[in-house]
Order: sequence, then structure tokens, then C-alpha cells
Amino acid sequence: MADSVIAVRGVTKSFSGVKALKGVDLEIRPGEIHCLAGENGSGKSTLIKVISGVYTPDEGTIELNGTAHSRLAPIDAIMGGVQVIYQDFSVFPNLSVMENLALNTELASKRKLVNWRRFRRIAEEAVAQIDFKVDLDARVGTLSVADRQLVAISRALMHDAKLIIMDEPTTALTKKEVDALFRIILDLKARGISILFVSHKLEEVFEISERFTILRNGEVAATCLPEELDRRKFSYFMTGREFEDGRFTLTNRSDEPVLEATGLGLQGGFEDVTFALHGGEILGITGLLGSGRTELALTLFGAFRADAGELRIKGRPVTFHGVRDAVDAGVGYVPEDRLTEGLFLERSIGDNIVIAEIDNVAVSAGVYDDTRKRAEADRWISELRIAAHDQDNAASTLSGGNQQRIVLAKWLATRPDILILNGPTVGVDIGSKHDIHQILQQLAGEGIAVIVISDDIPEVIQNCNRILLLKAGRIVQELDPATTSEAQLAALMTSDTTGGQQ
Amino acid sequence: MIKRFLARAVRSNEFYVLLVIVALGVVIQVRSGQFFTANNLVDIANAMVVPGLFAIGAFLVIVSGGIDVSFPALASLAVYATTRVLVDTGYTGGVWLPFLLAMVLGGLLGAFNGLFIARLALPTLIITLGTASVFSGVMQGVLNSVQIPNIPPSMEAFGTATLFVARNPESGLTSNMPVSFLILVAVLALAFVLLRFTMFGRGIYAIGGDESAAARAGFKVRRIKFWLYVIVGVIAAVAGLIRTSMMGQMHPTNLLGMEMMVIAAVVLGGTAITGGTGSLTGVMLGTLLITIVQNSMILIGIPTFWQGFSLGLLIIVGTGISAVQLARSGNRLRAAV
Amino acid sequence: MTSNILESRPVRAITRDSHLVRLLGMLVAIVALFALVKPESFLNLRTWQSMAIQFPEYGLLALGVMLTMMTAGIDLSVVGIANMTSIGAAVLMLSLAPEGASGGQVALAIAVSIAFALVVGALAGTLNGLLVAKVRIPPILVTLGTLELFTGIAIIITAGKPVSGLPPAYGEVFAGKLFGVVPVPVIVFAFAVAVVGLVMNKTAFGTKILMLGTNATAARLSGLNTTGLLVRTYLFSGVLASLGGLVMLANYNSAKADYGSTYTLLTVLIVVLGGVNPNGGSGRLFGVVLAVLILQVLSSGLNMFPNVSNFYRPLIWGGVLLAVMAANYFSKDGPLLRRFSRKERSA
Repeated sequence: MADSVIAVRGVTKSFSGVKALKGVDLEIRPGEIHCLAGENGSGKSTLIKVISGVYTPDEGTIELNGTAHSRLAPIDAIMGGVQVIYQDFSVFPNLSVMENLALNTELASKRKLVNWRRFRRIAEEAVAQIDFKVDLDARVGTLSVADRQLVAISRALMHDAKLIIMDEPTTALTKKEVDALFRIILDLKARGISILFVSHKLEEVFEISERFTILRNGEVAATCLPEELDRRKFSYFMTGREFEDGRFTLTNRSDEPVLEATGLGLQGGFEDVTFALHGGEILGITGLLGSGRTELALTLFGAFRADAGELRIKGRPVTFHGVRDAVDAGVGYVPEDRLTEGLFLERSIGDNIVIAEIDNVAVSAGVYDDTRKRAEADRWISELRIAAHDQDNAASTLSGGNQQRIVLAKWLATRPDILILNGPTVGVDIGSKHDIHQILQQLAGEGIAVIVISDDIPEVIQNCNRILLLKAGRIVQELDPATTSEAQLAALMTSDTTGGQQ
Repeated sequence: MIKRFLARAVRSNEFYVLLVIVALGVVIQVRSGQFFTANNLVDIANAMVVPGLFAIGAFLVIVSGGIDVSFPALASLAVYATTRVLVDTGYTGGVWLPFLLAMVLGGLLGAFNGLFIARLALPTLIITLGTASVFSGVMQGVLNSVQIPNIPPSMEAFGTATLFVARNPESGLTSNMPVSFLILVAVLALAFVLLRFTMFGRGIYAIGGDESAAARAGFKVRRIKFWLYVIVGVIAAVAGLIRTSMMGQMHPTNLLGMEMMVIAAVVLGGTAITGGTGSLTGVMLGTLLITIVQNSMILIGIPTFWQGFSLGLLIIVGTGISAVQLARSGNRLRAAV
Repeated sequence: MTSNILESRPVRAITRDSHLVRLLGMLVAIVALFALVKPESFLNLRTWQSMAIQFPEYGLLALGVMLTMMTAGIDLSVVGIANMTSIGAAVLMLSLAPEGASGGQVALAIAVSIAFALVVGALAGTLNGLLVAKVRIPPILVTLGTLELFTGIAIIITAGKPVSGLPPAYGEVFAGKLFGVVPVPVIVFAFAVAVVGLVMNKTAFGTKILMLGTNATAARLSGLNTTGLLVRTYLFSGVLASLGGLVMLANYNSAKADYGSTYTLLTVLIVVLGGVNPNGGSGRLFGVVLAVLILQVLSSGLNMFPNVSNFYRPLIWGGVLLAVMAANYFSKDGPLLRRFSRKERSA
């Protein structure tokens, strides 16, 4: 009997001369919850694809249930019990839950015809495995993210799974949903099924993972037990660098507030939000997914129209009729999802930087001035140390961290008084994350009022001088990061009480 | 049970199209007394055959996430070539051979579409635009197409074959229910079975929903797309042959330009232009609605040259209502952004 | 100095774009081929003049389609707008200057009718834009509907018959030749190209619509007025279409609801051939102009072979489109590789 479900030995894989994996070893034992961590581009995804048979390694072997393969076909991997749950879950939003659950099984058994009664039987069997209560006739597109994930998990279990690979499974889940997911994972473990968690966030998987494998530049930087890791070591293994993260200190607080919200409310989003923000501050707004944090950010930025309360900027009441009004009033917004909301991937880096301020920066006397545009873009490229060879290159040619800096540059080019960042370092490498924190602290030092909306607890504690805790659309507490520990904040965030207000 | 069925019906798009059709029928009936007469209904059924067949083909493509504008040119070429060959050889046999020839040619031309679409991940609108040009160029240039006044006798006989004759007792007008209506019904039934009871059909929906997920699930995406266009080519050729038979002559450019109207019918029936959702019921209702607008408005004294205008209005209002509904039901962020 | 020109940004932008190089090469090759095979008729000034009268008709329409496609939309209604406005202009012209009207009256009637056509074109385009931006109907459906609608209006006005008997002065203006050489329609086209070029390169509008076409959400969250941009784009397309209609009115000396009905798909074909991304966000005016010229030279050149019927034109057009799309797709900087490499990066 093999003592590992899968054992990858000395696997190397290169793409057009670039080595994505260099002699990687990975071993997963039956019933083990294993975490595969690594920065973007470290080779995580390539390794998953090697394990699931999508890529054939150039060198090395994959031992599946004790049998060594030098070439593993996707069908071999599936037959060997390997199932991958991708970040987008690979579900069909337009089809029913039943069909989503049954299609793979039916395709695997090479059926040509559809028997709806058998479909339903398969689907019922699938959801029963994890005791998942769902309307089998509902369209998957109408389900919540968590339920879609459960559909994907139930489906994966149908194939006599021995190893389930989950790619960033907690990204879009609320805390409660994460807890429910972890319970299911523990249950699977009890049944002898192994889990490979793919993640680059330590916090989310630390409590459940039994072993870590950390990849860096296509090599295994460390394989270790959770008790051998702390955040510092984790960062070191991920990046190969040591970071000294400086805490933010308030140095340049303006006397008058630049932004005041009084009793601000948005139906279905948040209510009675009151706070004042001074120049030079970094205000953290933290809360779980669904707490109203994104709605609040978008309201402050004019994308939503508040239906209650008042907003003042530099003492004057303002009403935003759209994003443009907010931009003109000196507000900038770095969105939550960089790729779909912040960047114009196929357009040039230069255009991406100047677009919000194009009429002021690149137009003189009514005529578009390419030279001025380029000068402005170059200025921000050097100011934010964006690793771009040529501002004419498409934004898509840059790494995640540099892309995030482009979005930041876009707003800095508008010379904002208030900068709102929603999840400023989501999906960003640790190295870039560190740099972005430095930039934010520096901006605050220059007198800009910064709002950081984030559920990354260390991030807000380290970088903010005040933290507002948002729960179910209400500000329940204001915290001082200097006297709040990470554990305290985490407990406050997830506790079910709403801070004694009700 | 009935309550649940009704609740579901009221929420469906098809229900509203049906409501519009009934309302339109009632208005025409009240104004002219001619709508709910046997001969008018048979006339409408007659006029629905060819657009209905095209609409089934266009629907299959749209569900898969594509859009096909080549089917009128494809049908014209396949049927022109068939008729030309049969007329030139003095064919006098049964109608099975013209059908077989046209279907084989239609399938081959569909395979030409399918080859490009399955191989190149490019917008199908653009590819079928190109192939439509090629098809009509081959017909008009290479085959030097001209009107063929007399078609093989079996085709002509098929075109005039009648299931039954409906007579309006008041006006004495009669209308013939063509045998080809049965073909529409048969193709509709086949398409229904294909979509509902074969993995191939579910694959079409799956690809329209999420193409990469379909590939991961194990659907052979390229193969499904290729055969889909072959099937659509065959259906289009059948529609073209029926049109030629019913007209009693081969008019090579008669079908060209129908693509817009057919796509409009499919979309009016509630099929999402982005793919993945829609029903054959909706497609037939959409086709019916457009056929009524084209055929019956004259009954209430609206001159025929208002047809285009009303069709345009119908498309805009019809798609506008579903767009507004979508925006309302969609999440707030997307609606605002 | 010459090396400076070659190194200059616009020239580099063209040489860096392999698609433009390919189109340019194709145009040169076609011209060279016809010049070699049929030198006496092809290298004749009159051949070129007759080409210069024809292509502005659909060239003008294609410019509008190009702009809308850059915003990730499409405008299928351009032919409808062209016919509706030319019929409107013709009817107005006839009523303002009936037969036997004085020269001054005719001149005024022509001027007023042209202005009227442009205004109607702008209004029609605005309607498209509002339906796309405000009601949020997919552009392909909006313009499919308005194509029927505008053509329908044209049919209602004319009862489907041609409107003819225009004051001869109108046709004479367009039949005129600058310096006795350059026909007026091509001047109109060149003027439109210059305006579109200026707007795309010398105003922020050009950059903004390309950004909007790349990512509409990001555009809105960058403070761009996306509704306004879309409405103005479709309006622009409507005005260009009405210009095309005025040229058609002069070329045929009449207006009819179904003139140029093959242009709907032809314009889309030209724009895609010209290298505009059907998903929006990229494309060059120069490429579209090249595509217009290639199609015109091809069809005029083929006209010189009496045994090649005119009906080969669509075959060749479609063939060229498919070949260029396939070549782009499989070339090393084509979308295939780009997509692949992006996947690898994000992996």
C-alpha cells in the first residue's frame, strides 16, 4: 500500500525556454490537508496542471497511488482520483444544479443520451455526500458563491476522489462560509480524502493545513509543518527576502477634516455611517464580505447615490451625480478587482495612467498633446518604480504588483485629496504588497487622506491610525490599532454580536 | 402543482411573447374580423414554414454562444446547385433526391463554416460574414446563377402538395396548408430531442454557458461546434428547398437578406444573444409574432410598406424590455457601473 | 533626416503593427499585379477616377462602423441611415426647388437639404446611442432593429419607389473634379477621414473610446462619462452614414430605400479586415482606409476582365476576410499566442 496519494519527484517543466518548474518534489499523504503556497508566477498553477495531467513534465515522475508515470493524461489523473476545483469552479451558470452535478459523470461514462431520471439520481447522490441542501432545479447562476463552490465540491466527489485540489477556495467567501467549508474539508479528511489547498494567504489556511509546501521561482523553498512557520518565515520562503514592515505613524494630520460623512445610508448597503477623515490619516474600514464595505466605498466615490445622510468635503456639502463629480472633488478610488474594474489590460501603460485625468494632463488648448501625456506617464512610472520598459506596452505585460501600481498612479495623477483603496493588496505579491504599504504611508505623510478598505487584518493594523469596524452595514466600533491585537480584531470581526448597538 | 406551473409560466419570457401575440390577434380580429378565421391562420402557418426552419438553425447557433449570418447564402447556394444539376439532367424522379442532394450540400457548406469556427477562436459573426460572402460569390460568380423558371416536376408537386384546405365561409377565400408544414414540425421535434435528450445537445447549452468549463467537464468542444454547424447547414438547405418548391421556380437571391429577420425572431422569443439560454417554444413564438406582423397587419388597413418599420420597432421594444428587466434584476454594482 | 522620419512615432506605430504591414503589402501587390497584367486599362486615369467615385459610398459608412466597433459595439444601421437621410434630402430638395426654380433657389435648396440630411443622421445616431448606453440593449440588436426601423421609414416616405428628378445641379456638384482630376466624392471621403483622424489622434475622445471599448467598467470607475461617449460615437457614425447617403444620392441621381443593401455586411467586413478588434478597444483608421482601398482596387481590377463576372466580388471579399483573419490568428503575434502567454502569466 502506498503511503502517498500522489508523489511528484523532480518535476521540471519549461515554456518556450523559461523554466516554470525546476525539479519540484511534492508528496501528499492519504487524508492529509496540505497547503501549496507561493507568489504569482512561482509555478503553483503549473504544478497543479502537471498533477492533473494537463501538462506533461519535461523531466521527473508523478507517482499516483504507487504507480509511477512520466506522462500522465488527464483521464489517468481523474481515474486515479485527482479532482481540481478551479477558482471559477467551472460550473455552468445557465444550467440547473442537477445538470451541473451529473454532466461530468455522464461524460466520463461516455453516454450519448440524456436520461433525466438518472441525472437526478446522480445529483441527489452527489449532494448527499456533503449533506448539501439545495434546490436541484435551480439555475446555478442564481446561487451564492458559496453554494456554487459546494456544487463544485459535490461534483468532484462523484469520481471516487482521493485528492481534491482547491485553487484559492476562500477568496470570495464570507467568514461563515469559510467555516462551513472547513467543516466539510475536515469531514472529507475523516473519510481519508486528501486536500491540496492552493493559496498565497497564510492566515486563511493556517488553522486547517497540516503541512505546507512553499514554491518560489519554480523551486520548493520549504516543506514544513505549521508549527515551524510564522508570518516572517512564510514571507521569507515566499519571496526570499526579509521585510521590515514599519508601522504607520501619524505625522501630518490636517486640522480640519477633509471628508465628513454624517448619517450616510444606502438602501441594501449600509446605514447611519458617520465619520470624519483628516488629511494625513490612513483610516482603515474593515468588515467581512457583505458587510457593506464595497457599497460604502463606491458611494464615497460617486458610483452610488446615497439615499440618506450628508457628505462634506473640506467643509462643503457635496452631492455626487457620478464618478466624475467625485474625481473633480478630489476623490480617487482603487477598486477591489483590479482586472475587471481598474485596468485596461490591452491598452498601453501610459494610457492607463493618464486616463482619469486625460482632459487636464494631455489636452492643451483643446488639442490632445501626446508629448505631455507621455511625460506625465513617465513621471509616475518612475515615481512609483513601475517596472515598465516602455509605456507603450500593454498593461497586461506587467505583473500583478506593477499593475496595482498603475491603478494607483492613475489616481495620484489626479492629485487627489482623498484616496480610497478597496483591498489594495489582494492578489499582490508579498514584495509588492510591502512596497504598496510604503507608498500609502508616504502619501499620508504628504497630507493625503487615505481610506483603506480591507479584511486583511495585519494590513489594517499595520498601516492605519484608526480602524472602523463595519458589520451588517453599520459602523459598530472604532479601534486604535496601537492597542488592538490581530487576534482581538479577528474575533471582533467574526463575532455575531453587532457591538451592543442592538 | 398547477400553481407552481403558472408561477413559472408568468416569469418566463415566452409567456409575454404569447401575450403580445394574443393581444395583437385580438386587435386585428376586432378591427377586421379576419384574424381568427381558418384561412388566415392557415396562411400564417404557411408563411411560418421557411422562417421557422431558419430560426431553429439560428437558435441552435445562438444557444452555443455564436451568431450565424450565413444561412440564407448557404441555403441559396445548396439549393441552386441542386436545382441546376437536376434541371440540366432532366430529372423527373421523386422529391427524395432533391432533398438528399440539397441536404448533403448544405451539410458540406455547414462543415466549411464549422471548420473555421471550431479552429479559430474568432467572433462567429465575422466568420459567417466572410463565409456568407464566399457562398453567394460562388453561386453568383462561379455558378453564374440565373433564375430557373421550371424546377423538377416532383419538387413542384411537393411545393403545391396540400394537407388540407381551409375555407373562410364568409369571404369564400381558401388557403392551403402545405405538406411542408409537417417538415417544420418534424425538424422542431428533432431539434427538441437533440437539445433535451442527447449529450451533444446539452453540450451546446454548456458551451453557450461557459466554453472553458465545458472543455474541462469533458465535452469535445471543437467537435460539437463543427457538427453543430453541419446540422445548421442541413436545416438551412431544407428550408431553402422548401421555399424553391413552394415558389415553383428557383430565384437565387430570394432568400438573401432574411438573416436579420430570423435572428430578430429568435431574440424576440427570449433567447439570450450572449448564448446559453432560450427555448424552442420561444423561437416558434418569436417567428409567429414576426410572421403575423408581416402578414396580418394588412388586414387592419396598415399598408405593407409599414412592415419594416413595425418590425424594427418590435425588435427595439422587445429587446429593450428584456434589457431593462435584466438591469433591474442584476446586481446593484453592475447596474450602477 | 530620413532615418528620423522612419523612426518617428507614427511611422514606427505602423511598422510595428504587422497587420498594417500585411495590408499595405497586399494593396501594393494587387496594384502591381493589375498594372502588370492590364497596364493599358488599369493605369488609366479614368479607372482611378471611377474608383474614387465608388468607394466613398461604403468607405464613409465603414468609418462610422469602425468607431462603434472600437467601443466594443457595432452599427448595422448605417445603410438604413444613409437611405433614410438621402430620401429625406431628395424629397426636401424637390419640394424647395421644383422644376424651373431659379439658380439661387436651387443652390439654397441643396444647401438646406444637405444640412437636413446631416441633422437627421445625427438624430438617428443619437437614438442608437441612447438605446445602447441608456437602455443597455446589446448594440448588435439595437442597430439591427434601427436598420429595419430607418429602412422602414424610408419605405413609408417613398412607398418603396425611387425618388428621382433631382435638380441637376446637385449631381453636377458631386460629378465635379478638383483641378479637373480629383472627383468630389473622394474629397468628401478624404475630408471625413481627416476629421475622424483628428478626432482619434488630436482629441482625448479617441483615447477615451478605445479605453471604453477595452473595459467599460474600468472606464466608468475612471470617471469617464461612458453614456456621453457612446452617444457621441453613434451620433458620429450617424453623421458619417448620412454623408455616405448624400454621395449615393449624387452617384445614382436618385434615392431609394434599398440602395446599397449589401453594404451592411460589407462595411463590417471592411472594418474587421482593417484590423479593428470586434471585441473593441483597438484598431487603426489607417488600416480601415487600406481595407477600403484594397476592396475597391480588387473589384475595379477584376472589372477589367470581361470573363470574370462582377458576382465574383463577394467571393473574393469573403475569401480575403477569412484568409486575413486566419493569417492573423496563426501569425506569431496573433491573438492565439497573446492569449496563451497571458494565461501563462496569470497562472
